[in-house]
Amino acid sequence: MSEPRTLFEKVWRRHVVVPETDDTPAVLYVDLHLVHEVTSPQAFAILRERGLKVRRPERTLATVDHSVPTDAASWAGGLGDMDHAARHQVRMLGDNCGRAGVRLFGVNSSWRGIVHVIGPEQGATQPGMTIVCGDSHTTTHGAFGALAFGIGTTEVGHVLATQCLLQRRPKTLCVEIVGTLPPGVAAKDVILAVIGRIGVAGGTGHVIEFQGPAVAAMSMDARMTLCNMAIEAGARAGMVAPDDTTFAYLAGRPLAPTGAAWDAAVAGWRKLASDPGAKHDRHVKIDVSRLEPQITWGTDPGMVMPVSGRIPAPAGAGHRKALDYMGLQPGAVIAGQPIDVVFIGSCTNSRLSDLREAAALLHGRRVARGVRTLVVPGSQRTRMLAEAEGLDRIFIEAGAEWHQSGCSLCIAMNGDRAGAGQFVVSTSNRNFEGRQGQGARTLLASPATAAASAIAGAVADPRPLLETERRIA
Amino acid sequence: MIEPFSVLESRTAVLPVDNVDTDQIIPARFLTTTQRTGLGRHLFADWRRDAHNEPRADFVLNRPEAAGARVLVAGRNFGCGSSREHAPWALLDYGFRAVVSTEIADIFKSNALRNGLLPVVLDPASHAWLMTHPGAAIRIDLRSCELHLPDGRPVSFEVEPFARHCMLHGVDPLGWLLGHEEAIRGFEEGRACPS
Ligand code: SF4
Repeated sequence: MSEPRTLFEKVWRRHVVVPETDDTPAVLYVDLHLVHEVTSPQAFAILRERGLKVRRPERTLATVDHSVPTDAASWAGGLGDMDHAARHQVRMLGDNCGRAGVRLFGVNSSWRGIVHVIGPEQGATQPGMTIVCGDSHTTTHGAFGALAFGIGTTEVGHVLATQCLLQRRPKTLCVEIVGTLPPGVAAKDVILAVIGRIGVAGGTGHVIEFQGPAVAAMSMDARMTLCNMAIEAGARAGMVAPDDTTFAYLAGRPLAPTGAAWDAAVAGWRKLASDPGAKHDRHVKIDVSRLEPQITWGTDPGMVMPVSGRIPAPAGAGHRKALDYMGLQPGAVIAGQPIDVVFIGSCTNSRLSDLREAAALLHGRRVARGVRTLVVPGSQRTRMLAEAEGLDRIFIEAGAEWHQSGCSLCIAMNGDRAGAGQFVVSTSNRNFEGRQGQGARTLLASPATAAASAIAGAVADPRPLLETERRIA
Repeated sequence: MIEPFSVLESRTAVLPVDNVDTDQIIPARFLTTTQRTGLGRHLFADWRRDAHNEPRADFVLNRPEAAGARVLVAGRNFGCGSSREHAPWALLDYGFRAVVSTEIADIFKSNALRNGLLPVVLDPASHAWLMTHPGAAIRIDLRSCELHLPDGRPVSFEVEPFARHCMLHGVDPLGWLLGHEEAIRGFEEGRACPS
């Protein structure tokens, strides 16, 4: 009987091409390389400069998401108003992929979407894989029991050229989540609470494995939300052991195995979970049975509080700087804080279940006057599925904007942006200064909290509205 | 190909902020470039200039004493957030060759090393001294992995040995990786046949 191993160790060991030594890192094989327009042009340029080819185009999958407009007016105008530099970047990705034979879900593809939404949606993301992308939220794919992490552009070049990366083996941190989530409280609230607890550098040098009954009870969409924000705790990656929920999600996806190959794959995937007694370097346990909806009040995702609470007194200069930027007063109740914009989207919360959660509250209600509400599905396919069940009508009738898919207001690179001083309740993952536009103030929250806030025109707890829904039903 | 790095002598510029994220180092609106060069003028764009694009007199890099500094000392958890390699590109293009903190985010650290920007993680006491003495003339020796304070006192720091080797000798890690072609092929073939 071999010694007990963690999920991470099992995946790591299967991908070591050359083991690490004191002097040299491991050469680690990459199963799936995801590529987008913003962090790849310089990597393809490295290959060209050195006369190298893309080694495994069939293990590479590209899409455009960051800089493509999502608003109806831009699309009606044939994207004629697209920023010149962004257009050039998108065109370059097309050329680079075309030359290398890399599959690209381009601007007009119905499979296009945010890179971390389409990987799972296509079934390209599978348990036990190593997955990298020149994008820090690659951690999302860890929800399937893959080892998935973000890399820089030079390393994108390394992977294109060799299908491998130089890596030191990280440590592991087990975040055990116990208890049953109360109604109106979602995976987003859980991960915000985790980051609030361990801090924005709490996971540095570690891969987080999320374990426990609350994780086992989560849908794949919820697990993706959890792993997506592992990077916001500084972690290299987030992982969840694959189980029946994972397999049910993947079955029948376009790039998932079929027939006998499927059965063999599932049999292998079942063995990936951490063995009983496997040791993590660190362990944190969080009980969520009394967790409230969370919202951030500052300029990093660790500056977080319950939506029913008061803004904390500043602990140090960083907090004072954050409060100053946000224009918020310590001691004030955050609920009722007037807002200007609501953003429901991003690779954290733009999947069908996120849109359903928001739509459940917006159904038959109106967005408050003066609040711009953008609903931006994570992919064109998600958009299509949402429309098939009428979610678009609910959003539009409520006075929200229904967009094409993309990163949009999460990073404000594509023309969607908030103004200086504006308050944005956002389902994205980063509330950094200027992330949603110069001077814009981001309050991170779940889709339900975002929808409730859109209706109220101010930061609002979604639970009273949900309570009403339940009574009607 | 990166410029070899062995000894760096410089005054420091001090940015007394914790958790400096890569969105601050280089805001996303400058990421539509397809080049690696020319990003220095956008370094810390929104902290350096106000809404009217005028320099903010109180920002460290706009103060005369920071001119020519090649070492940036910043609060803990420097470089957190996005994986954009544009962050070290911007710092290097501006003129920095080293960043000093008590903690440096993983992806930023690896990106910095790949480009010849040295991430120096110091013990809290030495770091606190540097934070309170902007403009200190220091010496960083990558051969011995020591940072010498102005009084000559050496403070040791750690750098991943392979990255250090590459930086000292200007070795390109991609070349080294390509040298493992046979092992990579063997690995792929080994996987293809079911065991
Ligand atoms: S949605 Fe936001 S966080 Fe996700 S990949 Fe796009 S820009 Fe990055």
